[in-house]
Amino acid sequence: MIDGTMPPALFLLAGALLIGLTRGHVRTAVLFLAPVATLWAVWQVPDGVAATAQFLGYQIEPVEGSAVRRLFASIFSIMAFTGGLFAFRQARWYELSAAYAYAAGAVGVCFAGDLITLFLFWELMAIFSTVVVWCGGSPAARAAGIRYAIMHLLGGVILKVGIEGVVVHTGSTDIQPLLATNFDTWMILIGILINAAAPPVSAWLADAYPASSPTGSVFLSAFTTKSAVLALILLFPGEPMLIWVGLYMIFYGIIYALLENDARRILAYSIVNQVGFMVVAIGIGTELAINGAAAHAFAHIIYKALLFMSAGVVIYRTGVTRCSDLGGLFRTMPLTTICGIIGALAISSFPLTSGFTTKTLISVAAEQQGLVLVYFALAAASAGVFLHAGIKFPWFVFFQKDSGMRPKDAPWNMGAAMVFFAFLCIFIGVYPEPLWALVPYPVEYEAYAPGKVLFYVQLWLFSGLAFFLLLPLMKRTLTISLDTDWIWRVVLARSGLWLLQVLQVLGDQLGAVGESVRQGGGARLGRLLGSAGALGRTWQIGTTALWIAILLTGYVLLYYL
Amino acid sequence: MSLVQQLPALQVAVPLLTAPLVILLRGPALAWAAASAASAMAFAIAIALTATVLSQGAISYDMGGWPAPYGITLNIDALSALVLLLVTGASAVTLLCGRASLGQAMDPGRQHLFFAAWLIVLAGLSGIAITGDAFNVFVFMEISSLATYVLIAAGSDRRALTATFKYLIMGTIGATFYLIGVGLVYMMTGTLNFADMEVRIADVTDHRPILVAAGFITVGLALKAAVFPLHIWLPGAYTYAPHMVTAFLAACSTKVAIYILLRFDFLVFQGNFDVHAVRFVTFLAPLALLGILVGSAVAMVQGHLKRLLAFSSVAQVGYILLGASFASAAGLTASIAHMFNHALAKGALFLAVAAIATRVAGLRLDDIAGIARRMPFTAAAMALAGASLVGIPGTAGFVSKWLLLQAAFEQGAFGIMSAVVVVASSLAAVYYVWRIVEAMYFGTPASGETATADSAVAEAPWPLLAGLWLVALSNIYFGLVPSLPITLSETAAIELLRNMP
Repeated sequence: MIDGTMPPALFLLAGALLIGLTRGHVRTAVLFLAPVATLWAVWQVPDGVAATAQFLGYQIEPVEGSAVRRLFASIFSIMAFTGGLFAFRQARWYELSAAYAYAAGAVGVCFAGDLITLFLFWELMAIFSTVVVWCGGSPAARAAGIRYAIMHLLGGVILKVGIEGVVVHTGSTDIQPLLATNFDTWMILIGILINAAAPPVSAWLADAYPASSPTGSVFLSAFTTKSAVLALILLFPGEPMLIWVGLYMIFYGIIYALLENDARRILAYSIVNQVGFMVVAIGIGTELAINGAAAHAFAHIIYKALLFMSAGVVIYRTGVTRCSDLGGLFRTMPLTTICGIIGALAISSFPLTSGFTTKTLISVAAEQQGLVLVYFALAAASAGVFLHAGIKFPWFVFFQKDSGMRPKDAPWNMGAAMVFFAFLCIFIGVYPEPLWALVPYPVEYEAYAPGKVLFYVQLWLFSGLAFFLLLPLMKRTLTISLDTDWIWRVVLARSGLWLLQVLQVLGDQLGAVGESVRQGGGARLGRLLGSAGALGRTWQIGTTALWIAILLTGYVLLYYL
Repeated sequence: MSLVQQLPALQVAVPLLTAPLVILLRGPALAWAAASAASAMAFAIAIALTATVLSQGAISYDMGGWPAPYGITLNIDALSALVLLLVTGASAVTLLCGRASLGQAMDPGRQHLFFAAWLIVLAGLSGIAITGDAFNVFVFMEISSLATYVLIAAGSDRRALTATFKYLIMGTIGATFYLIGVGLVYMMTGTLNFADMEVRIADVTDHRPILVAAGFITVGLALKAAVFPLHIWLPGAYTYAPHMVTAFLAACSTKVAIYILLRFDFLVFQGNFDVHAVRFVTFLAPLALLGILVGSAVAMVQGHLKRLLAFSSVAQVGYILLGASFASAAGLTASIAHMFNHALAKGALFLAVAAIATRVAGLRLDDIAGIARRMPFTAAAMALAGASLVGIPGTAGFVSKWLLLQAAFEQGAFGIMSAVVVVASSLAAVYYVWRIVEAMYFGTPASGETATADSAVAEAPWPLLAGLWLVALSNIYFGLVPSLPITLSETAAIELLRNMP
């Protein structure tokens, strides 16, 4: 069926299947071998189209290699491995299986050489990420999973319409840089941006991720948004609109994270914020900026997963997610605390952590393009990130007041996964050259110029000072932040109800008319669609006979007109 | 003459002649075995015929050696081959794997009659698909319809009788309308042979009777095909029929009516009247769009599993018609491919329903709550088939919806409107399939049936499960390797459009 290199995603997909079929140690072996095999396969993919197949009369390219694709696929495989290590003793087997299939979708997207393959793997991701959300097990997780699924299927449909339009109108299914100039490309852009949690639908992310299980959220934090970032890099580099979309996401994430009380929701909002940085970089579109977006995605997956892991361990051990109920955990959970702090420093791009080397790349790209406004916005946002993720998260969870809880530290596998990622955060921060070798364009960039380091250190010192000065204001009580999803969950629901009422009135009117036509025969029309309603009810034979007559007359009349 | 050359005749003769034999056999096990064997053989013949059509093109066979237009010819082209595959395949799978479900639905003393009626339905539906004679179509239609009424009413559910009565009235009106139409065409052309009609109708100068004939035939067949708003017989008939009968009929019976509609309309009427294509579109497209919207919307609120799926079928008939009403090669390809793919998806769904019904008393969504824990394989297959119905990539449903959207995009403003409707209805499908999945996986059984009832419910009988998974996996197979249905539909579309300007 496929000629050429085997898609690396198939290894992970096979792993997902085998996890369901095996038990005990064999399952553990599959769990560790599948991502390793995938990583190996990722590095076997040469540049250019490596496999072709025929589907629906189109030449499709399931495997196409390039530096940036391999970079994303590598980090996705590493993420699957570490996530598997983190979760394998605590998570249910179906959660692991779904998470691996989800990761397979992400790896598949990385190598998709054409829009159809991209879409196939895109939907694979949507389906299995929904399953991962459901594995949270609570009624809240179920409800969030449904909202998540609807959002992603809607995004999928929009993407499909766009892809189909491009395919019909240009005759090409290739993935190549586009600009949002017509209906088709707009639809593709919107479809991808929905997965990147762009406005106005950013809220799905903070709605769904915190509802999943402590292990599930680690997987969720990595794949969907970052594969959307890759798709944007491949399809819309240098699309100017993305700069503004990204800036909105950055500040949206900061503001909501500052208002939030739930530990994992803080982290979820900071995903939106961090993806915003990448989207801005893609919008800038220079070689340096694309390098920055790719490298930042790589570093971001590691430290964000690390943060979700430390939050996951806390929830696993205490069952509590609200910051106002947590605190003082550093006494008994030193490892989790240290790893959480390393993750927090990395996300705040502290010198000598991975975040510093990659995020400053984006700022420099903005500076070089003369985008002064963007540059200062990014600098301000860096301070904001430090405020919400860098200080707020570890402070409220691990220090603050003594909550009285004395949970045990992380189980060994969770600890090992955290240490591995914490090590990578520092390693990339100190010695970024291996990462530079992976990014798409050659790097001539000195991360630790003294002036820049000084500038950022000042930034953090002042925002840190601000945090502790404003601490009384930051103390979170039990609040609920109203997010944009309020618009679709409340306003739309209300207007939907209103519409139904209007329909019902209309239906009643129609019913009255129909009755006078049939001289009072038949019951009043009730609800329009239900089993007792006009359309759902079993019609009388007479009604249908009437329809037959109407249709026949209509048909013949049409011809005489 | 070798036996191979007689295959077209055998396609109808095997089930038709086995039917009386089944009555003579009496014993339920023997009757079932004979019916299944005949059905499997019919399926094998259909596969052989399809292979011949694919390699050598259309087959023409003169019944009894009488050449057309005097005798009856059997014509098998790509379109009839595809419909034949559906009819015989659905019959073979449901019969072979459905013994447990059927045994539950009726007492053993009447089963031989039931199987005989089943074979007659099979013979009738295959007959419609291969005959080249318009009156012969009517005969086969009546044969299959009468036997279908028996099948639907065969279960123990008394509500099936009302449903059957309704179907009987509707079906008879439909067949009569068709006959009136054929009569008018015969009056004007003097022939009943499709191929002959196609040629001679061009010479007819007075178009008025032909137009009326077209009206009668279209409306009559639309009744049989359950086109909105003539679909009312369908939900009742599907809901109260024995589950295996639903699976069989849902997979193929409406498609056979659409097959004749396409054949008549495109080959006989289109191309002979310069404005027919426009009329066809203006008449059928609104019905198709309304059917899609209403069927999906009603399915969203149904509480009974079979009724929900039945209304979804009304919407799917809308998709098939919508493709045809584009009157383009791409549209027809999508339409015909969707016949095939929808049969796979709906067939699998109704098989899963039958599997559940072997273990659970009711089929309301509340009754199947939490069933996935006790019947994991059935539930998984159902979810898979549901994904195909929605059109998730990697399943058969995705392929035909993709083709349909592609055809829509070629149509300009009307196409965009259709695309919007298709997309909206896909989202509705997500919703109603989701309700099923939610009930199966996340529902909690009502408090009345506690642990004792739970332990009684186990996985469905293995033959049923095997059949279900065969169909469910073919949804995946034809989603990834869709060359067979696509080749057949493309060839069929080109054949249907040969008279179009």
